[in-house]
Amino acid sequence: MKKLLSILPLLVVVIGVHLLTSATDTMYYLTQMTMSAYYSLLIIGLCVLMGYAGQISLGHAGFFAIGGYLSAALTTRSLIPYQDTLPVKLLDSAGFLLAGQDLYGDSLLVVTPWAACILAVVTAALIAVAIGIPVLKLKGHYLAMATLGFGIIIYRVVLASEYFGEADGISEVPAFVLLPGLSVSGNFGDRVQNYYIAWGLLLIGMVLLLNLMDSRVGRALRGIHGSEEAADAMGVNTARFKLQTFVLSAVFAAIAGVFLTHYNGGIGPSEAGVMKSVRYVAIVAVGGMANLWGALLMGIVLNFLSLRGSFGSYDDAVFGLILILIMLFAPNGILSINVRYRLGQLLGRNKQDREGEM
Amino acid sequence: MTLELSIQYLMAGITYGSIYAIVAIGFNIIYNTTGIINFAQGEFVMFGGMIAITLLNFMPLPLAIFLAVVITMFIGALIEICFIRWLKSPSVLRMIIITIGISILSREVAVHIWGESIRSLPYFVGNEITSIPILGARISPQVMWVVLVSALMVVCLGLFFKTTSVGREMRACASNRKAATLCGINTRNMVTLSFVLSAGIGALAGCIMSPITYSQYDMGTGLAIKGFTVAILGGLGSSGGAVVAGLLLGVIEAFSVSVVPLAFQDAISIAILLGILFIRPQGLFGSKEAAGLKEY
Amino acid sequence: MALLELKQLHKRFGGLHAVNDVSFQVEPGQIKAVIGPNGAGKTTLFNMISGTFPATSGNVLFQGRELQGKKPFQVASLGMARTYQNIKMFSGMTALENVMVGRHVQSQAGFLASMFRMPWTWKEERDIRDKSMELLTLLEIEEHAHTDAASLAFGQQRAVELARALALEPSLLLLDEPAAGLNIYETAEVGRLITKIRDLGITVLLVEHDMSLVMDISDEIVVLCFGEKIAEDVPTAIQQDPEVIKIYLGEE
Repeated sequence: MKKLLSILPLLVVVIGVHLLTSATDTMYYLTQMTMSAYYSLLIIGLCVLMGYAGQISLGHAGFFAIGGYLSAALTTRSLIPYQDTLPVKLLDSAGFLLAGQDLYGDSLLVVTPWAACILAVVTAALIAVAIGIPVLKLKGHYLAMATLGFGIIIYRVVLASEYFGEADGISEVPAFVLLPGLSVSGNFGDRVQNYYIAWGLLLIGMVLLLNLMDSRVGRALRGIHGSEEAADAMGVNTARFKLQTFVLSAVFAAIAGVFLTHYNGGIGPSEAGVMKSVRYVAIVAVGGMANLWGALLMGIVLNFLSLRGSFGSYDDAVFGLILILIMLFAPNGILSINVRYRLGQLLGRNKQDREGEM
Repeated sequence: MTLELSIQYLMAGITYGSIYAIVAIGFNIIYNTTGIINFAQGEFVMFGGMIAITLLNFMPLPLAIFLAVVITMFIGALIEICFIRWLKSPSVLRMIIITIGISILSREVAVHIWGESIRSLPYFVGNEITSIPILGARISPQVMWVVLVSALMVVCLGLFFKTTSVGREMRACASNRKAATLCGINTRNMVTLSFVLSAGIGALAGCIMSPITYSQYDMGTGLAIKGFTVAILGGLGSSGGAVVAGLLLGVIEAFSVSVVPLAFQDAISIAILLGILFIRPQGLFGSKEAAGLKEY
Repeated sequence: MALLELKQLHKRFGGLHAVNDVSFQVEPGQIKAVIGPNGAGKTTLFNMISGTFPATSGNVLFQGRELQGKKPFQVASLGMARTYQNIKMFSGMTALENVMVGRHVQSQAGFLASMFRMPWTWKEERDIRDKSMELLTLLEIEEHAHTDAASLAFGQQRAVELARALALEPSLLLLDEPAAGLNIYETAEVGRLITKIRDLGITVLLVEHDMSLVMDISDEIVVLCFGEKIAEDVPTAIQQDPEVIKIYLGEE
């Protein structure tokens, strides 16, 4: 209950932003707010993995891309040529297929968005299990490089496969009708609706993760981060918990990918790029690693600014710089900076160094 | 596969392999003195090539390459002094993130200076179509340059570490930093020096490979992953291992062209990396006993 | 039946025999101590019992069950808890939360149940909190329950670590040098707590350097030297054993 109450102010802010933009005739901001919310969904999942379970992942754009690309491909690529194969027949008999027409009037047979969403997320989860079992045995540099390698493989695969549209990506992804009258799409008329869908999803995700952190599982995860050996000796199956967290964060990333792809009506290979993964890590770091609220706040602010084009052609450079500066001066996140204390410490340190040299 | 084609592939493999080995040795030099994997290692290679290409407008090729290497060494020193030197026992995670940040920043600086276009240095001797026939295959003389200069670098580095007093101090620093400090060695300067050295060999590699593989602002990440694969494959910290592993990876990659589509070529080395990390993180030649003492 | 039985336990690191052919038993309800000079193999022995690393050869039987090949978390779930010589607190968590982690094997909630706050987890969560608070009270540090554990004084951290281990409801408690880094007063305090724990019916096996503590509280003592067991007896007998005196006071 307490957790729900802590979400309330955020809910007020969300509604407030909507009212403010509609009052000031700046509703176009809602588009970037919607997209930022989806990216932030991935970021809070990554925050649990990095901050609480202590595992770095430089491949989370890969999971986002698995979600986005699979749901895009399944809902746009016609299955008519494979109509007689067993998997297609199974999908059909389960009612997961949808007949329609493409732009040129040719008939299409595609997977329904709901079924595609579930397939995409389940695939992401399965891949996370398969990758996670060996990868999470590694530590430090090795873990970073292995996850980076995973991310690059996904990027190469989408870039090289015709099925995923190569360098062009997949476009004309249909709307995702969640409930009658409620659909995820980029239609102008659905903008407000989509703003609330995205934020609703993010708030639900946030409540779930806050619940998780304040529970037996969350304490075990924080314990692993504090001292893996001691957590092990307390009966915590550390390997299993790390894997489950990895899968959980991959699922969050994949769901974000599915929704954002339907919202944008398409997805391109840059979403799978290494730079995206690094950017997510940067945002979690700025937010303070083990700080869900910090990750959420920074996820919204930085993604919003980036999507508004505030950083111009220095977009990636800004995130690179943020990474370095945060890690150099405030490894516990930007919210932890106590300016006066920091200044004093810096001056004090310099004095000490000079004394040391003498 | 005909003999000529095989030799063609083999030579291509050796060319790329030499570059990978040099990048891996760059990783090793910094790893040995600091325990850090420098994710920005590939950017040194990129800087070397790009700077030389620009300088070529004003001066002859040998001088341009020489100056490019010197400038990149300077950049290496600058990076170490600005971002690494004054951190007190930072965590591994922190160092990883910082060097990744440096890598991105370097790439962005490069794209704003040179743009996204693909450039290259001219062939050191002759041009694209000059070739030397070897056993029926036609091999570009630039391949010889790559192989010879790389070999020379490895030999010179070996001599540097074995015979000069600075080299010996660096090795002392590598085997036990605290003890080295107690012996009066300025370990901080050794760390800076390791960045300078690895920037230098990276830059030189960037120059000699540029005519064949071209230079572009974003070439660093791919090279870093491959260099790291080689460094791990050869056993992290071992130069001899890096040479063997580099050539091995280069040759495997070259021959895989006949089996795997070009677009998936990068995926092969990454698959090898993942495989080796999972099965034998101590590398092909490292001992299991010694590896048990390290943290993977 | 003995609660814990070591049978010809052997550990080699390269050419070094860290533990050589050590056998002894721990009876239920006793406090048993393992002593020996530095490098005698005490901590190695502990690490083999708790599953941190496997023995080169030999067996560890706990309640008649073989422990060799089991991981530490599996050993813990069988009812064996341990503490560390250099306290391993979960940093960034309060003292109470540290102890609550100790309730891990006594509770069930998994990822989904925790995320969705299933009603059945409410009671479990309350139980975890109450039991943990009880233990902090038992060890007389309840006023620090909501303090960041890592910022507590060393002696208080020892107590939190003990409470955390007890939260497992172990039948055997392994204590690795519980008096390390403590002053005379704190050592006596820890000794008192250990007997209090034994009186709860929990068997204690401890490794210790501090002779006064060991002689005061243990029922039986095993002496290790260079990885070999050289004596096993009650404290009064150990005090008079010429072999032991030779090791501790030197020859001549």
